[in-house]
Amino acid sequence: MTRGKRNAIPEWQAARLVAAHDETATARTLVFDVPGWPGHLAGQHVDIRVTAPDGYSASREYSIASGEVDAAPSGLAESGVNVEFSVEELDDGEVSPYLVRGLEIGDHLEIRGPVGGYFVWKVSQTEPVQLIAGGSGIVPLMSMLRTHAAAGHPAPMRLLYSVRGPQFAFYTEELRRLVDSSSGSLTVDYAFTREAPTGADRSIGRVMRDELAMLTLPVASSPTTYLCGPNSFVEGISGWLVEFGHPAARILTERFGGA
Amino acid sequence: MGIFSPGFVGRRRDANPLLPPGQYEVTNFPVLSAGPTPTIAKDDWAFSVRDAGGTLKAWNWETLMGNPVDDFTVDLHCVTRWSQFGMGWRGVSLDHLLEGVDTTPEFAMASCYGGYTTNVRTSDLLGGKAWIAFQFDGSDLAPEHGGPARLLIPHLYLWKSAKWVNSITLMSHHELGFWEQYGYHDIGDPWKEERYS
Repeated sequence: MTRGKRNAIPEWQAARLVAAHDETATARTLVFDVPGWPGHLAGQHVDIRVTAPDGYSASREYSIASGEVDAAPSGLAESGVNVEFSVEELDDGEVSPYLVRGLEIGDHLEIRGPVGGYFVWKVSQTEPVQLIAGGSGIVPLMSMLRTHAAAGHPAPMRLLYSVRGPQFAFYTEELRRLVDSSSGSLTVDYAFTREAPTGADRSIGRVMRDELAMLTLPVASSPTTYLCGPNSFVEGISGWLVEFGHPAARILTERFGGA
Repeated sequence: MGIFSPGFVGRRRDANPLLPPGQYEVTNFPVLSAGPTPTIAKDDWAFSVRDAGGTLKAWNWETLMGNPVDDFTVDLHCVTRWSQFGMGWRGVSLDHLLEGVDTTPEFAMASCYGGYTTNVRTSDLLGGKAWIAFQFDGSDLAPEHGGPARLLIPHLYLWKSAKWVNSITLMSHHELGFWEQYGYHDIGDPWKEERYS
């Protein structure tokens, strides 16, 4: 007998690049058609595998940027279900340079997933939501923002986005539109760490403790917090949130990089 | 049907026989955690081995240090596909801690400060394959890496090596831990690429 419900992870599936655009000078947004896509929740990720003609392959994990979708209809060569990613090219990367500069419209690769059922936001959640992104950590949070907007969800959602400068920010135009059409349920704050736009009222630099308290939902509103970014960023921010009095179990983190 | 990407070359470091399938090498010991890092002082730390009937053996920091200590060098493999080679650790072998305990129950569940759990086979804890580790690279284990002490089972994917471990419960029935309930593999052998169930 096994106690506990298990969610099985689907096998590898072919995915075809149907659209792409540069997100920043070093990041590219990729949209794939995945005929057998089983659907995903906002915040989940996948394994992406690319295989050279001689059979050599390499795989990496990427967060899904598109909002929650149901399973693709079965038996169709072209599903109409698009799954979107935004990939930052890493200096020493093996797969990301190919995804950002090599993969062309119509090319195929393989996707396995969705993976991870913990760092997710579901439409059925009613509590206020605080999203905090460091750099490309915005990607799984964008899936939550898009899901929230598509549902016309009334729960307050607040994003704090820490990024080097305006030209390094992902989804700038879309985030502006989402705020404008949210009837006040969505708030977005940027914290530029290296370069700020002319006339900005915030000086550049990392988010510190007092500013974090001002730019995030208060403990009294009992938010769930989703925090994604480089490990040092997540470690610092999550430590302060716990000091403010947020229950640790209500702070969900995803991290990348070393300690 | 093969799915090929004509323009992809790759770095081809896979020739390294120490690298399990689908992994790549790193040297920066990445941190992955589902929540904030719990703060546990050594003075407050406790660890116990239990079964369905209750606590069988328990340690505080001082009594843990009374056990024989191993210095060992291992390669670690994370299901998120990074591997790091030649990592130097210090810890107490589970063989010592499970001495005198009836280890016939087939299953074990590690539970942690902060609420994390992971299930393993009892056999994966025995035979010099698993430790309660408290130093890495010559220094006290950093909280982000599971300090003051973590379970370390290097022959399995690293999510089985529970950080901030607080107890191990031996069970005659099969039960799923935190990531295992989300579809991660029951056993998690990197050489068989047992990532997902």
